Amino acid sequence: MPDQLIYAMEVTLNGLMAGVLYALVALGFVLIFKASGIFNYAQGVMALFAAMTLVGIMNGQVPFSHLINAIFGTHIHYFGWQVPALLAILLTVVVMVILAWMVQQFIMRHLVGQEPIILFMATIGLAYLLEGVADLMWGSEIKTLDVGLPQGINLWIDETTYGIFGYGFFIDNLDIVATIIAALLVAGLVAFAQFTKQGRAMRAVADDHQAALSVGISLNFIWVLVWSVAGFVALVAGIMWGTKSGVQFSLSLIALKALPVLMLGGFTSIPGAIVGGLIIGVGEKLFEFALGPALGGATENWFAYVLALIFLVFRPQGLFGEKIIERV
Amino acid sequence: MLDATEGYTTADGRKIGGVVMEMKNITLRFGGVVAIKDISFDIREGEIRAIIGPNGAGKSSMLNVISGFYIPQEGEVWFRGEKRPPVKPYEVARQGIARTFQNIALFEGMTVLDNVMTGRLTQMKAPIWAQAFWKGQAEREEVENREIAEKVIDFLEIQHIRKTPVSRLPYGLKKRVELARALAAEPKLLLLDEPMAGMNVEEKEDMSRFILDVNDEFGTTIALIEHDMGVVMDLSDRVVVMDYGKKIGDGTPDEVRNNQEVIDAYLGVAHD
Repeated sequence: MPDQLIYAMEVTLNGLMAGVLYALVALGFVLIFKASGIFNYAQGVMALFAAMTLVGIMNGQVPFSHLINAIFGTHIHYFGWQVPALLAILLTVVVMVILAWMVQQFIMRHLVGQEPIILFMATIGLAYLLEGVADLMWGSEIKTLDVGLPQGINLWIDETTYGIFGYGFFIDNLDIVATIIAALLVAGLVAFAQFTKQGRAMRAVADDHQAALSVGISLNFIWVLVWSVAGFVALVAGIMWGTKSGVQFSLSLIALKALPVLMLGGFTSIPGAIVGGLIIGVGEKLFEFALGPALGGATENWFAYVLALIFLVFRPQGLFGEKIIERV
Repeated sequence: MLDATEGYTTADGRKIGGVVMEMKNITLRFGGVVAIKDISFDIREGEIRAIIGPNGAGKSSMLNVISGFYIPQEGEVWFRGEKRPPVKPYEVARQGIARTFQNIALFEGMTVLDNVMTGRLTQMKAPIWAQAFWKGQAEREEVENREIAEKVIDFLEIQHIRKTPVSRLPYGLKKRVELARALAAEPKLLLLDEPMAGMNVEEKEDMSRFILDVNDEFGTTIALIEHDMGVVMDLSDRVVVMDYGKKIGDGTPDEVRNNQEVIDAYLGVAHD
């Protein structure tokens, strides 16, 4: 087998792994958009906030310590304990649910029936607010996140591929774990949406608000639920990205990478978010591998957006989105 | 012939029971516009009660007051002997009042069966983890709810489209699916907002037959809105007539038909 093809296979595998992370972020967008028609610009910041909260809780950091110290002239920063990862994750989930409730109670509830652009603006506001609150609560320095996920090269794959091709593939253990967790998460979400009363109610609300009310579904409750689920997805994405590249404010920018994924997959489709994420992940890695050197490199920065642009022209509803037909 | 507690017997010999729902001096305003002005009437157990009137008379507003979509500024709503506080539409639904909409509100992305099953949502009590794994109580509930849904589907003769996504159905069938979803909730009161609007003669006849059958078979109390006089007169036991937000007639179809004010409203006598 020619060397180029073997390298391309490795690149494809790595692209799939990267795509899983894009898909995770895009998933959070789709959930909220489907149920409430809100394009949640703050999804990326929610991932950042979740990751920072998780690190903060694990390290026993005192929330708002800078603020407290500035007001009372004290010098407290840490409680002096470490919280085990699993417990910290559970506590972070609780925080994300509270956040979801607050978003619904103080912002979205008052904007029901407003134009989509107004809802969108509200989430931009929410994004900056949340970023500020995250900064105030946990500080702005880059933190390492280690919840005990395996990291580093997977030796088994390395050796096996070396045995077959005479060249060992470099696949990160973390990427493999991320893929498995993402698959479990999606399976869980599907089971929730198909089989539980709350999931069915969620689908009903996504479809028609009036009809949902008339069969006894509380919209308010469902929206808190949806934001909570999106918060949970954000936490999972935050853990993966945070473990990979440290918990830092640039994490909120991964939200921008989710946009082309959504253009490809369609804003209303959960399978679309996953397939879109994988296509972008593989596409940008392969493109860089094949044409990067000829084009002067760094094509990963723009490839996804150009692909999205092409899709917008020829298939605006995305691969799996609902076709928009307006009767005249 | 009307007794406050005992009810009455209809011309075709059906026994009508006590008052299920009573509207007392309802007034509803939107800003300066008065949509409903001081209207009172009752709905009795087992009867088919119609609210009719020309376009813009406030019929739909009245239905929305009953189903909790609108909260009236004045007046009281009594349901099953209790005064109802201002409630949200979903709470009204949970109390056993199901409804359909004038311009059809179905879950377009779901199949007919799934739509009808949403009518059973409020009846599911099993904890979420049990539902996710279909164990114990959840499984029993699911089977039970499914049976009721299938019974309603059979009854309304929509078995052949059980698995069809609603968005692919023609208008008349959609209306029937909406009725099925409302019926699946086994409502104590069924509200129908213009069930025959936009239908051809044949579809209207079908729908009329289903409404009569539902009332007959399940003893469901039905309140419906319609502006097609002919249809209403054949269907209903008692009729409320509205015009410009006011009640101008209330009684059996025959009484209403001979009411001068009603005739004027329908034939269009100049208002001073």
